Amino acid sequence: MGMTMTQKILAKHAGLDSVEAGQLISAKLDLVLGNDITTPVAVNEFNKAGFDGVFDKDRIAIVLDHFVPNKDIKAAEQSKQCREFACAHCVSHFYDVGKMGIEHALLPEQGVVTAGDCIIGADSHTCTYGALGAFSTGVGSTDMAAGMATGTAWFKVPAAIKFELKGKLPKNCSGKDVILTIIGMIGVDGALYKSMEFTGEGVASLSMDDRLCICNMAIEAGAKNGIFPVDDITRAYMSGRTEREPREFSADPDAVYEKVIEIDLSKIVPTVACPHLPENTKPASELSDIKVDQVVIGSCTNGRMEDMEAAYNTLKGKKVADGLRCIIIPATMAIYRECVERGYVTAFIDAGAVVSTPTCGPCLGGYMGILAEGERCIATTNRNFVGRMGHVKSEVYLASPKTAAASALTGRITAPKED
Amino acid sequence: MNTEGKVFKYPDNVDTDVIIPARYLNTSDAQELSKHCMEDIDAEFVKKVNNGDIMVAGWNFGCGSSREHAPLVIKTCGTGCVIAKSFARIFYRNAINIGLPILECPEAADGISAGDEVTVDFDTGIITDLTTKKTYQAQPFPEFIQNIIKAGGLLKSLKAR
Repeated sequence: MGMTMTQKILAKHAGLDSVEAGQLISAKLDLVLGNDITTPVAVNEFNKAGFDGVFDKDRIAIVLDHFVPNKDIKAAEQSKQCREFACAHCVSHFYDVGKMGIEHALLPEQGVVTAGDCIIGADSHTCTYGALGAFSTGVGSTDMAAGMATGTAWFKVPAAIKFELKGKLPKNCSGKDVILTIIGMIGVDGALYKSMEFTGEGVASLSMDDRLCICNMAIEAGAKNGIFPVDDITRAYMSGRTEREPREFSADPDAVYEKVIEIDLSKIVPTVACPHLPENTKPASELSDIKVDQVVIGSCTNGRMEDMEAAYNTLKGKKVADGLRCIIIPATMAIYRECVERGYVTAFIDAGAVVSTPTCGPCLGGYMGILAEGERCIATTNRNFVGRMGHVKSEVYLASPKTAAASALTGRITAPKED
Repeated sequence: MNTEGKVFKYPDNVDTDVIIPARYLNTSDAQELSKHCMEDIDAEFVKKVNNGDIMVAGWNFGCGSSREHAPLVIKTCGTGCVIAKSFARIFYRNAINIGLPILECPEAADGISAGDEVTVDFDTGIITDLTTKKTYQAQPFPEFIQNIIKAGGLLKSLKAR
């Protein structure tokens, strides 16, 4: 029986000729990842279990990104614990303030993840790296601890849904509109336990940033992973960047899918997910009555260079609406620097926005943009659950950078122009 | 192994942000975190929960973030078991890894009401609603997962191997 792309990567890492959906396997890991919130719990478990050391100091990544630069004393203690563990075990991919970025933007950018990898991360958005043609999935801290000690993890081989992409996105849309449309279609558990495999001629029209954004939110449909085939765009992105040799896998022609869903990219419209679930999607054009108090452009979903460029193209030479706070957060130091060099930061400040160094801060209601009771934010982040960005009676609308920036100028949810 | 207690009932798509809001995640101390368990969806939960009590919920329980703090606070509060129509996959994994008993049983999730007294036998997967005198059969875990649970969690099972 033919295998999906995900199944082929898993079979290879389990040392098996073939695997099938539902099979329980133990797979070798190419990378184990944690952040400043999940690593302390993993370190406690790692120490409690009495492991002697880590399986490979070069195959562990610890990124301080959620609450750094530290928001308070307790957060500082957690960062310190991560720092001490990384130092004690000579973890080579340890990213502290000054070097850090939001993990899922940083690791692809720095070439720490590559095609064909099998990766676990104690962060649900670890599924982002499927954009490079890797199997990558989020786990908890105990799995991270076990992964750091043994270099292996157990998996139930997932079944898959195939998304056949055709056509080309309109200019006012991006990968975010694609994934929000899909989640609206299949629901927040529409791909529960499954792979979302994106294929078809439409893939070639999607940039790396679009693909990273699409895979990033696979978890918002409940998926185990999202994955794209490796093509010339992936190869160009990885070239001269990845530490390890990429390994290209592709689905068998007779691979079995539970479902095939066709997506015509040319029909996608600017899409917004309304409170309090990512599946509550509507066209942005139908939401022009919704006033917003805050705009956040950033996160592991949309803090990359193309996202900054989209914000710049909309905001340059203009002013954000009176009474609206606009917070822009480039996801890595390299992106931050590029924004400075290209003059984006000056344009953002002139428009009345603030620009922060990389942090996950507002996305999860940590700091740097917490909402008060009754306040409303349109954000390029990934979740709009109750209380996600602050007060239990605040609201988050999820959108693309183009829609968020257009809304910043009007103070209402605004669909970006089609030109 | 079994648990017996009062039922707290929750809807579909209970996410990890309402189970333990991220604003409290500047510590990994389970006791301290557990004071805020379910705070944003049911502020009364921590005041009312007793050892052995049972959460019963709809589809996709524990969706969202991978934070292991979520099953950890539910367990630390004394909750004996979570029964749901389905679980989000990372929560499912985390619950097994830390030793929080969970059961998938859509019929029980529909049939059991808030406040009912319920017993759960983990060996057989039989759920008994003492209030309505109805019983339900939950899906048994695969043997591989049963072994992790029997060992007392993932790390203990790895050590045992």
